Amino acid sequence: MATIAMTVNGKAVRADVEPRTLLAQFIRDQLRLTGTHVGCDTSQCGACVVHLDGKAVKSCTVLALSCEGKRVTTIEGLGEPERLHPMQEAFREHHALQCGYCTPGMIMSAVDLVQRKGSRLDEKTIREELDGNLCRCTGYHNIVRAVAAGAQAMAAQAMRQAS
Amino acid sequence: MSENGIGQSVRRREDIRFITGAGQYTADISRPGQVYAVFVRSPHAHAKIKRIDIAAAEKAPGVVGIFTGKDLAADKIGGLICGWMIHSKDGSPMKAGAHPALATDKVRYAGDHVAVVIAESLDQARDAAELVSVDYQILPPAVRLADAQKPGQPQLHDEAPNNTVYEWHLGDKAAVEAAFAKATHRTKLELTNNRLVPNAIEPRAAIGEYDRGSGGYTLYTTSQNPHVARLVLSAFIGIAPENRLRVIAPDVGGGFGSKIFIYAEEVVCTWAAKKVGRPVKWVADRSESFLADAHGRDHITTAEAAMDASGKILALRVKTKANLGAYLSTFSSSVPTYLYAPLLSGQYDIPAIYCEVDGVYTNTAPVDAYRGAGRPEATFVVERLVEVAARELGKDPAEFRMHNFIRKFPHQTPVLSNYDAGNYAACMKMAAEAADYAGFSARKAKSAKQGKLRGIGFSAYIEACGIAPSKAVGSLGAGVGLWESAEIRVNATGTVEVLSGSHSHGQGHETTFAQLVSQRLGIPIEQVSIIHGDTDKVQMGMGTYGSRSAAVGMSAIFKALDKVIAKATKIAARCMEVPETNVDFTDGVFSARGSNKTMKFGEVALQAYVAHKFDTAEIEPGLKEAAFYDPTNFTFPSGVHIAEVEIDPDTGRTTIERWTAVDDFGNLINPMIVEGQVHGGVAQGIGQALLEQAVYDASGQLVTASYMDYCMPRASDLSSFDVAMTNTPCPSNPLGVKGCGEAGAIAAPAALINAITSALGHEDIAMPATPQAVWRASRPRREIAAE
Repeated sequence: MATIAMTVNGKAVRADVEPRTLLAQFIRDQLRLTGTHVGCDTSQCGACVVHLDGKAVKSCTVLALSCEGKRVTTIEGLGEPERLHPMQEAFREHHALQCGYCTPGMIMSAVDLVQRKGSRLDEKTIREELDGNLCRCTGYHNIVRAVAAGAQAMAAQAMRQAS
Repeated sequence: MSENGIGQSVRRREDIRFITGAGQYTADISRPGQVYAVFVRSPHAHAKIKRIDIAAAEKAPGVVGIFTGKDLAADKIGGLICGWMIHSKDGSPMKAGAHPALATDKVRYAGDHVAVVIAESLDQARDAAELVSVDYQILPPAVRLADAQKPGQPQLHDEAPNNTVYEWHLGDKAAVEAAFAKATHRTKLELTNNRLVPNAIEPRAAIGEYDRGSGGYTLYTTSQNPHVARLVLSAFIGIAPENRLRVIAPDVGGGFGSKIFIYAEEVVCTWAAKKVGRPVKWVADRSESFLADAHGRDHITTAEAAMDASGKILALRVKTKANLGAYLSTFSSSVPTYLYAPLLSGQYDIPAIYCEVDGVYTNTAPVDAYRGAGRPEATFVVERLVEVAARELGKDPAEFRMHNFIRKFPHQTPVLSNYDAGNYAACMKMAAEAADYAGFSARKAKSAKQGKLRGIGFSAYIEACGIAPSKAVGSLGAGVGLWESAEIRVNATGTVEVLSGSHSHGQGHETTFAQLVSQRLGIPIEQVSIIHGDTDKVQMGMGTYGSRSAAVGMSAIFKALDKVIAKATKIAARCMEVPETNVDFTDGVFSARGSNKTMKFGEVALQAYVAHKFDTAEIEPGLKEAAFYDPTNFTFPSGVHIAEVEIDPDTGRTTIERWTAVDDFGNLINPMIVEGQVHGGVAQGIGQALLEQAVYDASGQLVTASYMDYCMPRASDLSSFDVAMTNTPCPSNPLGVKGCGEAGAIAAPAALINAITSALGHEDIAMPATPQAVWRASRPRREIAAE
């Protein structure tokens, strides 16, 4: 066992973990934040995407111990039912989810995409950038629309907050 | 008309929890004191188990129990069952071998379950599982479907000589032969329907729990039909009687058929919970999902069509070998028989059809229903045949289809199905217009100038949903009835709980079912809760598959609502002191004709429970009604999908330039959700046609057992889809709905392969049409021939 400290969704957490514990396991099993899902063993599906120091990572391929002192944001930390993040809102508005299993990772990747590439995203860019996130339900059609709309809404929110 | 009523694209109510990470999937549930199960699986496709040595594993840290098939047998735990009896042509029942949850004497596919190791932590269970030593005597496997029935092949089950489960047929052979004899043109195709892995993104999981106090078991599981799971686990496998077994299917992350079936892991975790006195949790990793989830499709077919001089189809003759894998999964026997051949008439008026199907054992994972289940296979046969026939006859494929469409309804096909309603020509016209079919040749010429090959392909599919009535499916061999149940509990405050036997794993029932209730009772949708997936709450149900939840599940709700309204009307009449026959109920208000007396639904609900204003000897207090609805016929959704593709002959890459779908699902409850179902189905159909393939090597190893090796469709592989609907309401259910969940997966493969072959100018390409395959096929024929 080793002790680890990090900030998760704005809260300081400290815990003992087995050295082989993955960040995804730590978040789900020890912190009981089960919105981060695991869908594969090969870092392909993206259901486990969280933000580590503000950047999207697949938490199933990050050792918890390597996150010492870092900032983790999970889907639970992005927005709440009464105060949704614009990307969460866009996924609902555009019916970009069905079973919901890939959704947290998809949303976390989408937010990261906007942070990296800005709010004016064309369909081709969105499709290429979502290559690390698998969805079996939606055929991606509505996800692409939601990400484009969510990106615009994120920009509008940033404008409102700046003014 | 309520803004959240039927026909409105109401935003989904369940989404709030999913987009905020508050969903509760099976793997998210932790029970106090739970321990973790890891399965020891066969690394061989076919082997005798000589000895299982658990001594070293038992001593490993954290281990609380290790069990094998002998332990299950000692407790008289039965094997897994197949719930649909198929009879061969000669009248003999299908030849099924035993399917123990943990193999005892023999393993029959790579991934077969041999033992379970249960430990305090998942890592400890994994480590200990490595220490279980199994002494195998490796046997040669029968892997290839095409060869498995040949003499001298390795035999999987003693009960099934030549690995043949059944030799089934449907239709009038003599009539077909007579039609072929007089035909002026015949078209013949050899077709492979490639083997797929369903791949819901949520892996399967199970938590078994035993309560010493009550002597009852609880199973949390990733199921599309928890009541069927309870019935099978109780009545056939013998875990516990139904009243001592609760099955909960909480949020389920996609199913596509693969979560209909009762699996070994569910049996073992539930049973073992009592053995170890702790809740036992198992979550599949993805490679286990590939190895041991039921796979889909896997047919080899010879199909022939006979035409007369006018281009009318006279007859079809189809011979199919269907791979059923190493054991018969829960409904596997029905998929290539009664869910397949009855759809072989497609949308066409074909006087004679004869179909033969051999169900075949191989040393591969069990094969069962996957989105569409038999109907995509049937559509691929019919729509490839029709397309090729049109090309051979020099006819326009759209016109050839129109020439052969069924025009009068009801229409009895020669393969059992009785189509109740449809307007196939309307779909075709609308789709051809939306796809700008008229402008295709100009686009093709433009592509050709750029060195690209452009093609267009049609798929005019028929589907059968809401398989029913129960008596009819029983006569065909089904072990269950295919009705659905609903219970409406109106609370004293006017809020409503709807308990449904359907199960939602992405379909949005919490929204669509509430739309129906909100509209019919005239109450805000917020006052309606939909409850499903728990056998302690919902008494009985048949679950969700085969696009049945709207046509059957909602019809049950409709019927229960009729009863609620009837009783509420009586109570309202007593309260308003008017004759019952004078009371109308509209938009949530009971009004007495000829007076100004009115009562809101909520007021009547309160009076039902207060029970002061009516004689309780005549009307019982309370407002709660239940219904079981058994449909009188299947529903028959149909549609036309048109794929337009461009192929780069230098790379073999196929780009989908345009996808046009015009579907007839009858009345729509929520168009947004229906369109989403079409998108998802089309994506899976495109996956089948272009990308996906489960591959076993000659030794029976699944070489595509991860997302690194099995090509799942990604966002960049797909295009946007143009989706539109026509509407001929279904006459056999009160809502006029048909079902939309599988249509895309049924329509898409044929449309895409017809488009690719149209671009290539020849028919010689199989699914999946990968870039490599298309590159080879797009080279000049003489080069291919020279190889």
